[in-house]
Amino acid sequence: MLNGNFLRNIRIIMKREFAGYFGSPVAYVFIVIFLLLTGFFTFYISNFFEAGQADLKGFFQWHPWLFMFLVPAIAMRLWAEERRLGTIELLLTLPVTVTEVVLGKFLAAWCFIGIALALTFPLVLTVIYLGNPDLGVIFCAYLGSFLMAGTFLSVGSMTSAITRSQVVSFILAVVICLFLILAGFAPVTAVLSGWAPIWLVDLVSSTSVLSHFASIARGVLDVRDLLYYLSVMAFMIFVNGVILQNRESA
Amino acid sequence: MIEVKDLTKQFGNHLAVDNISFTAEKGEILGFLGPNGAGKSTTMRMITGFFPSTSGTVIVGGSDILTQSIAARKKIGYLPENAPVYPDMTVSRYLDFCAEIRGFAGAAKTQRVGETLERCFLATVRHQAVNTLSKGYKQRVCFAQSILHDPEYLILDEPTDGLDPNQKHEVRLMIREMSATKAIIFSTHILDEVDTVCSRAIIIADGKVVADDTPDGLRRRSAFHGSVVLTVKGAASDGMQERIAELDGVASVSVVETDGDRMTLRIFPGDPALPVADRVIASVSQGGLGIASVFVEQGRLDDVFRDITIGK
Repeated sequence: MLNGNFLRNIRIIMKREFAGYFGSPVAYVFIVIFLLLTGFFTFYISNFFEAGQADLKGFFQWHPWLFMFLVPAIAMRLWAEERRLGTIELLLTLPVTVTEVVLGKFLAAWCFIGIALALTFPLVLTVIYLGNPDLGVIFCAYLGSFLMAGTFLSVGSMTSAITRSQVVSFILAVVICLFLILAGFAPVTAVLSGWAPIWLVDLVSSTSVLSHFASIARGVLDVRDLLYYLSVMAFMIFVNGVILQNRESA
Repeated sequence: MIEVKDLTKQFGNHLAVDNISFTAEKGEILGFLGPNGAGKSTTMRMITGFFPSTSGTVIVGGSDILTQSIAARKKIGYLPENAPVYPDMTVSRYLDFCAEIRGFAGAAKTQRVGETLERCFLATVRHQAVNTLSKGYKQRVCFAQSILHDPEYLILDEPTDGLDPNQKHEVRLMIREMSATKAIIFSTHILDEVDTVCSRAIIIADGKVVADDTPDGLRRRSAFHGSVVLTVKGAASDGMQERIAELDGVASVSVVETDGDRMTLRIFPGDPALPVADRVIASVSQGGLGIASVFVEQGRLDDVFRDITIGK
């Protein structure tokens, strides 16, 4: 599998996917909506200016909830669209492995979300202008946010491979992402901690992106958090590949 | 050579392809016929490695599609049913992508894509997005993709479906032109196409191969093969039919239709290989009747197709 063509094929597939994003309105709609929503939440809900603090906490705290909807919207077309159009038949009969195609598509979508995330840079410039923020923390928060988006994307890519309906894929992905968020949401852990043994509460909350995101967003770059994101992504991408390999129809 | 060995595909309880075996040599154009749902597309999808077989395998130029999948796929050009192409991409960008993934780069890629565009008459629409093209153009874009890397083996699933008669003609010419150095398998519903293009035809029904023969060989299976259809002018005497039936080598005579003073007869010979037409004509002229038309029927593929696929 890891021959000279592995990276080359992934790169070619990524390039085609990227052309697909920017050749259709999907990319522009996504970026504009993402920027508008982050702006709205940061300034009107979190009251960025009134808070009087030179940090981006009020900006990053909304990311799990925004990504929960926006990332599955990007991911839903990854495979469902190929199946609906029938182009999957050409794609998977090219001299490329399923692994290469799955990774190429995933990485292209992830980079695309990365671009959308990077376009929030004026906010960083604003806090630098207004005060003396800890840039290390901001960098970590961006990294955490990017990893979380990748995790949600891997979920959405997997659900997209299950069905040729983008709507079904979207709903499944949102539900799974919601679970991944809620498992660490304070009200939910509070319900559990009333009766469940402490190890169970910890176990449930450790499956949550929220608790891992929270610690990275505080500026603590823990190997366990990185491992969590990467292993969820690896697992979902693996399942994605297995689903595609065992598909019985177009 | 493409060797299909005991290929079987089961979808749940449904046996879509049942133990099919055949081969296709280079220089051969193999027509793949069968009613809808007979398993044509399923077989082609297994040959191209889109999904694995339940049992049996396909050897493409010495590479097993299951165990040496990538090597086998490199030798194949595939045009799937309905010619799917990414709608948002322009024609040349799409072909660029296909060329790159097939291992072409730089000047070789540019040249290859340019040649293919010319060859498939796509040069004028090269910068147009695929979704702005007509069905015929889309089909050609997908066809272009399948021949781009000059593959040794071409698998075409209904390549002329949805094209107008001129475009069909063009595609058939292209297929014929390429057949010298390639093995081509193509499926179709159009039986005329088998006649004009194929050197061999395989008919499948209910997932099984029910006939594997040349178009002439298939035609010979027709009940009408070698029969003489004769239209006589002038008041047809009652005795004529009997007189013809008594001729040497004639097995039976039936009336096809009577229209005023014209009568059309079909004369079945005892052995289709021995011509009886001259004797029939002589006999009719002796009787003093005019012959309006006479021809020896070769048998129609439609009839053979229907007999084979419904009869069994």
